[in-house]
Amino acid sequence: MSGFDLSGLTASFSGKRVIGPLSLQVNPGDKIALVGKSGAGKSTLIRLIHERINRNSSLIPQDLGLVNALSVFHNVFMGRLDKHSTWYNTVTLARPFAGDRAEVRKLLESLGMAEKLWVPVASLSGGQRQRVAIARALYRNADVLLADEPVSALDGPMANSVMTYLRDCFSTSIIALHDVDLALNYCNRIVGIENGQIALDQPSENLAATDIMSLY
Amino acid sequence: MFASPTVRISFIFLAIALVGLLFADIAITASNPWRDLGNFFLGMATPNFFSSEGLMTALLRTVAFAFVGVALGSIVGFLLALVYQSLPVRIFCAFIRAIHELFWALIFLQFFGFHPLTGVLAIAIPYAGIFAKVYSEILEEADPEPGRVLPPGTGNITAFLYTRIPDCWVKMRTYTAYRLECGLRSSAILGFVGLPTLGFYLEASFSQGLYSDAGAMLILFYVLIATMPLWVRPKLLPVYVLGAPFFLGEGMPIVWGNVQRFFTEDIVPAPIRNGEGLTGLMPWLSDLAVNEAMPGIWNTIVLTQIALVATGILSLLAFPLISNHFGGPIRRNAGHVFLVIARSTPEYILAYILLQLWGPSMLPAVVALALHNGGIIGHLIGRQTNSLKLRPDAATGFNRYSWELVPRVYRSFLAFLFYRWEIIMRETAILGILGIYTLGFYVDSAIQNIRFDRAMVLILITALLNIGVDALGRYIRRKLALQTMPTC
Repeated sequence: MSGFDLSGLTASFSGKRVIGPLSLQVNPGDKIALVGKSGAGKSTLIRLIHERINRNSSLIPQDLGLVNALSVFHNVFMGRLDKHSTWYNTVTLARPFAGDRAEVRKLLESLGMAEKLWVPVASLSGGQRQRVAIARALYRNADVLLADEPVSALDGPMANSVMTYLRDCFSTSIIALHDVDLALNYCNRIVGIENGQIALDQPSENLAATDIMSLY
Repeated sequence: MFASPTVRISFIFLAIALVGLLFADIAITASNPWRDLGNFFLGMATPNFFSSEGLMTALLRTVAFAFVGVALGSIVGFLLALVYQSLPVRIFCAFIRAIHELFWALIFLQFFGFHPLTGVLAIAIPYAGIFAKVYSEILEEADPEPGRVLPPGTGNITAFLYTRIPDCWVKMRTYTAYRLECGLRSSAILGFVGLPTLGFYLEASFSQGLYSDAGAMLILFYVLIATMPLWVRPKLLPVYVLGAPFFLGEGMPIVWGNVQRFFTEDIVPAPIRNGEGLTGLMPWLSDLAVNEAMPGIWNTIVLTQIALVATGILSLLAFPLISNHFGGPIRRNAGHVFLVIARSTPEYILAYILLQLWGPSMLPAVVALALHNGGIIGHLIGRQTNSLKLRPDAATGFNRYSWELVPRVYRSFLAFLFYRWEIIMRETAILGILGIYTLGFYVDSAIQNIRFDRAMVLILITALLNIGVDALGRYIRRKLALQTMPTC
C-alpha cells in the first residue's frame, strides 16, 4: 500500500468553516496521532479522511456504529460483509459458519471478551462496546486504520494493550487521541489540530508531552 | 391558561362538539331501554357456552381470518414499506387504508360472494396500507450510523439485513402483534356482513333475544384477546400462519362471471352504462351529491366531532383507574378489567349492542366510539403516568390528578387523540351500516338497491374524507409539536 495525499480538506457547519482548507501527506508506515483540544475538529477530520479513502480503511468512529440488537459476533463479522455473497451473509445472520466463529472468537479472546461472543451488544458496558468496534476494525483488516478516540472508555492497562495491538495490526493509521502519553507512546507522528488547521506536524521522537500541551 | 396552544385547541374542539350536539340526533327511542340493558347484563352474567356448536366454529373462523388477513397484509405492507419513498406508493397506501375493512368486505361480497377470499382481502388490503406506513416509519428511525461504518461494496440486501432489520425487529414485531389483536376485532365484525365469524353469531343471538348466548360469545372473545400473550408465541406463529388458511371454511365458490360483470358493468355510473354519455352524468352526480353524499358527510363529521370530544373526556376520566398514583389495588384491578373490556370490544359491536337496547340515534354510536377509543387512550395514558416519578411531598387526591398528572400527560393525551381522529371518523362512517345516517348508511342502501356505481362513489368520498382528516390531524400534531408512536 502506497501512501496517500490528502489535499483541500474542508468542512463547514451551518456556513461556518470548521476544518481547513488543509492538506496532509500520509506515507506508508505512518502512525499518526491527531491531537488537539475538544472541538478542534479531530472527529470531523477523521470523517473527511474516511470519505476520501473509504475503500481501504478500517474505521472506529466515536459513536462506534454498532447494531444494538445483534450479537457481538455479528457486529464484528460486519467488518467483512463486502467479502461475502448476499446469501452467505444472510445465512450467517441466522447461523454463523464454524470457520467465522472460530476466527471471531480468537479475535475477541485477544481483547479479553470471548465469553461475550453471543451476547447482544445492547447489554454491554461502554468499554465492552468500544472493544467490539475495535474488534470489527481488526477483523476488517484494511490497510489503514482510522480511529476516533478508540480507547476512551477503557481502563489504563486495557487501553495500553489495545493500543499495542492496533499498532501491530495496522501498518498505517490515523488515530484521534486526547491522551498525550498514548499519542507519544504508540504513534510515530503527531499532528496537532487547532481551529481547523494543522498547528503541529512532527515525528514523535522530536516531541515531549509539554510540546503538545501548548495546543490545549 | 388560554395562552397555551394545547388548551386553546382543546376548547376549540369542545366548542365544535357542543355546536354539533345542537344538530345531532341524540335520543333513546327504545320503549324500555333499561330493561333491555338489564337483560343484556343478566345475559353476560349467565353466559351459555353450550347452546350451539356454531360458537366454537365461529371463534375458530375469527382467528383463522385474522391470521391469514394480517399475515398477508404484513408481508405486502413490508414490501410496500421498502418503496414507500415513492409518492404514488404513499398515495396508494393512504387510499387503501382509508377504506374500512367492512367497506372492502361489502365490495368483495358483490363479486367474490361468500368465498373466504372476501374476508381475507377485506382485512389484508387496508392492513397492508397501514403496515406499509408504520413499517416505513420504523425503518426510517433506525440508527443510520452502523450503515455508514459498513465496508464499502457491501451489497444493499446485506446492508439492509445487518443494519436496519435488527434495529427495527423488536418494534416491528410489537406492532405486528398489536395489529394481530386489531385483526381479531376486524375479523369478528366481518360477521356482521355475513362472513362466518363471531359477528354473524352475535347478530343471530341478539335478534332472537338470546342474551346468554351473546354473553358467552363476548366473554370468549375477551378471553381470546386477553390470553394472546399466552398462545401467540414466536415458535407457534409459523404453525398458525400456515395452518390458518385451512380453517377459513368452504364458503361459496367464486363465479368469475360476476367478477367480470362487477368491473365492466356494475360500477360504471348508470348514465354512462345506459349510453347517456357525459350529459347524463352531471345530473346523476348532483343528485348523488345532494341527496346522499352531502347529508352523509355532514352527519359523519358531526358524529365524529362529538365522539372525538367524548373520547377525550372519557380517557381523562378513565386513566386514573389504572394509575399507580392513587391508592387501592382493588380499584386498579377493576380499572384494568374495565379498560380491557372497553378497548377489546370493537366499536361496531358496542354500537350494535347499544342500538339494540336504546333504539336508533346517534347516541349509541357516540357512546360506543367513546368507550372503545377512550379505553385505548385511557390505558396508554394511565400506563404513562406509572412511569412518572413525583416528588415525595406531592399533593394527593384530586389535586394530584389536576396539578401533577394531567399537565404532565396532556400533550401525549392530545397526540393520541388526534392520532385516533381519523380512526374515529372511519368507524363513524362504517356505523352507518347499523342505521345511523352517516356515509356508511348511504353506501349500504346503495348496495341493497343494487346500485354499486353509487356505492363506489360514496366509498370514494368516504376515503377522501378520511385522508383529509388524517392530514388535518397530522398538521395539528405537527403545529403543536405532539409526538406519538403508532401503537394505538
